Amino acid sequence: MDWISPRRLKKLGMLNMNRRNVDYIARYNDRSSYPLVDNKLKTKLAVSEYGVKTPKLLQVVRQQHEISHFREMAEDLAGFAIKPAKGSGGKGITVITGRDGDDFIKASSAHISVAMLERHLTNILAGLYSLAGTPDVAIVENLVQSSPALARYSFQGVPDIRIVVFQGYPVMAMLRLATTASDGKANLHQGAVGVGLDIGSGQSLNAVQFNRPITLHPDTGLALENIRIEDWENMLEMAARCYEATGLGYMGVDLVVDANEGPLLLELNARPGLAIQMANGCGLLPRLRAIESLKRPHFSPRERALFAMESFARR
Amino acid sequence: MTVRSRVPFYVFVFLLIAAGIAIATWRHLELGIPWMTGEQRPVWMIEARVDFQGQNSPAEVSLHIPEQPPGFRILTEQAASPGYGFSILDSNSGRRAQWTKRDVAGPQTLYFKAQFVPDEDAIHAPPARKPRALTVFWEEPQATAVRELLSQASERSSSPESMTRELIRLMQPDNRTQNTTLLVSDDNYLQLLVKMLNHAGIAARTADALKLEDARRRQQLVPFLQIYNGKRWLTFDPRTAEQGVPENLLLWRQGSDSLLDVVGGDDSQVSFSMLRQTVPALQLATLESNANGLSVLGFYQLPIEEQSMFRMLLLLPIGALIVAFMRIVIGIRTSGTFMPVLIAVAFVQTTLVPGLIAFLSVVAIGLLLRGYLSSLNLLLVSRISALIILVIFITAGLSIIGYQMGFNTGMTVTFFPMVIIAWTIERMSILWEEEGAREVLVQGSGSLFVAICAYLAMSTPLAGHLTFNFPELHLVILGLILLMGQYTGYKLSELKRFTPMKAYD
Repeated sequence: MDWISPRRLKKLGMLNMNRRNVDYIARYNDRSSYPLVDNKLKTKLAVSEYGVKTPKLLQVVRQQHEISHFREMAEDLAGFAIKPAKGSGGKGITVITGRDGDDFIKASSAHISVAMLERHLTNILAGLYSLAGTPDVAIVENLVQSSPALARYSFQGVPDIRIVVFQGYPVMAMLRLATTASDGKANLHQGAVGVGLDIGSGQSLNAVQFNRPITLHPDTGLALENIRIEDWENMLEMAARCYEATGLGYMGVDLVVDANEGPLLLELNARPGLAIQMANGCGLLPRLRAIESLKRPHFSPRERALFAMESFARR
Repeated sequence: MTVRSRVPFYVFVFLLIAAGIAIATWRHLELGIPWMTGEQRPVWMIEARVDFQGQNSPAEVSLHIPEQPPGFRILTEQAASPGYGFSILDSNSGRRAQWTKRDVAGPQTLYFKAQFVPDEDAIHAPPARKPRALTVFWEEPQATAVRELLSQASERSSSPESMTRELIRLMQPDNRTQNTTLLVSDDNYLQLLVKMLNHAGIAARTADALKLEDARRRQQLVPFLQIYNGKRWLTFDPRTAEQGVPENLLLWRQGSDSLLDVVGGDDSQVSFSMLRQTVPALQLATLESNANGLSVLGFYQLPIEEQSMFRMLLLLPIGALIVAFMRIVIGIRTSGTFMPVLIAVAFVQTTLVPGLIAFLSVVAIGLLLRGYLSSLNLLLVSRISALIILVIFITAGLSIIGYQMGFNTGMTVTFFPMVIIAWTIERMSILWEEEGAREVLVQGSGSLFVAICAYLAMSTPLAGHLTFNFPELHLVILGLILLMGQYTGYKLSELKRFTPMKAYD
């Protein structure tokens, strides 16, 4: 057994779960804002007012009878994603990447009939995937076409960028790449690769899988050292904007880079995990404290993003 | 977003814990509820036996019984005397047990039993009215002898106590002078002493005491002398002038003139037998609390059935404390926050090994069946409902099979909370589908580990004893849990999880 002493962790400024819950989530996240992030439809509508782009909304299925419209709408679509609005952890998300005659083709290249999709929608409405089984709505979104520069690092699935935003300041970021172990999902505890990103430049730092440092992607075999995210400043500003939209003081912002539309917001998370620290090789606490001790916070998202880029850049 | 000061919180928690401990200590001292289980206390069982001959007429027997014997508390009192009316009378001259019967003939025997608990600091009310010395008249030549003796004693003393001691000494046979021999005859010695002291202006009276020795029968009371020193009655041994009541001396009669009055009977006499018993300290406390206002704070007055229910309920906070500690400080992942506590409660009923086997088999079979349910694509509520019914089938099946095979332990399965097991199976199964078997194993064994820890803590006799008899100790548990809610340090599991960070130090 290998252990690290609490003193060393403290020196590294590692944020732990108890402190995150007590000192950050409980203190800075207002309960009343939770439905805003737990419901993808509400998130979409809330952030759009603040100029944060999300994948284009094709249809919202609220009632059973609206499912019949789905068939008409899907008639001439090549790719889309069906998501339960209140789903968590990627449950109930069906990604359609193409068509084969009357059938649709899923991301895993399995075929699925329209009837099956309609049944899936019924299940979503009944709350099969929502937390605590409450009735839900299904949203149909445009398929995200991941930009090729990033997509090649990921095994299946769309690579996304998690940015932790504290009081409107982006404080830490990482790129999450799906692997075979994670079954195409971008969740770190399921085995996805996390690549820490330098807040100052969008340049990759370290990479971890299952909490262990790695240098190559386990499936694609590509080196993870020299990834650079395009348009980094705008992405940070976008993440900072979500603070105004939701009022959540401590949250995780999940972004994807679409080949055509640029950065899009995928979802928000009111309880972002701690693994981002491992991917970055440094603790969150010094950065969080730096922002807590700011005497005059910046008002515009752009100022905050620039401040973060300057203050938290890797030297 | 406001950062409130945590000082009031800590003060509040401190008060909670302090209050819990203070009330428990107070009850321990006041009611004598022991801290440990199995503590024994000595109790003296004393039986007074009254014999007399009936005269074919109505009889009334009245026996003086102890009221506030110094160094003892009365635990129970009862009379055994078939055919007699019995009551205990409280009067100015003391408490008396009274037996009455319309027609009494032949030899009669009446019993009065009482249990006494030795108690050094039993509280005794001072006399309501200050006793006064009686006026005594002497005839010559006694008067001169008495004056002479008293002045001798008074010369050598400074207080009522020392005066009494000197007087007793002067009256002893080896110190006797002409004056004393004139006064003292064998049977009037104590009466004489009382009269002389009263004459000297010191209120004095006689008392009767019982020497406590284990398993003695037919004992008689021994007379003692009591004087009033202005504050309270003091007891002297009239033979040795020793002051105070020895540990093994029970003052049966003080203050009243007669020990036994029999109307309508002859040849009356009273004798005592005694037995030293040991009683569990807890039982003693329960018995005493019934007569005590403090018992409001305990559960002893509830019906036994409710008491045993509370016994179980009051163990739950210990389980909750352990779960909180394991999750917050150690960082063990469990499936369902308090599922381990409920499983632990079931273990308390079934004992550990049979409980473990039963639990594991129910969950394993349940998981298999749940696999089929998940292929049916049911909605959550009906899935859980179906699962509950299945779990009941499984437990019933296991009990019956176990019973037929001769294992009575099979029956213990029924102690498990069905709904909780159904939820456990549901969670485990979802976990299996989403995160894989490894996570199921981690969380499953984590839950079991916490459940076993909680079981071990809850099943110790001490835990059951303390939680039930000192319910206020739950305030301490509450305080500890609140404190843990503020713990922002690293969990033990995080020291492992963050180990790779060593590379960046």
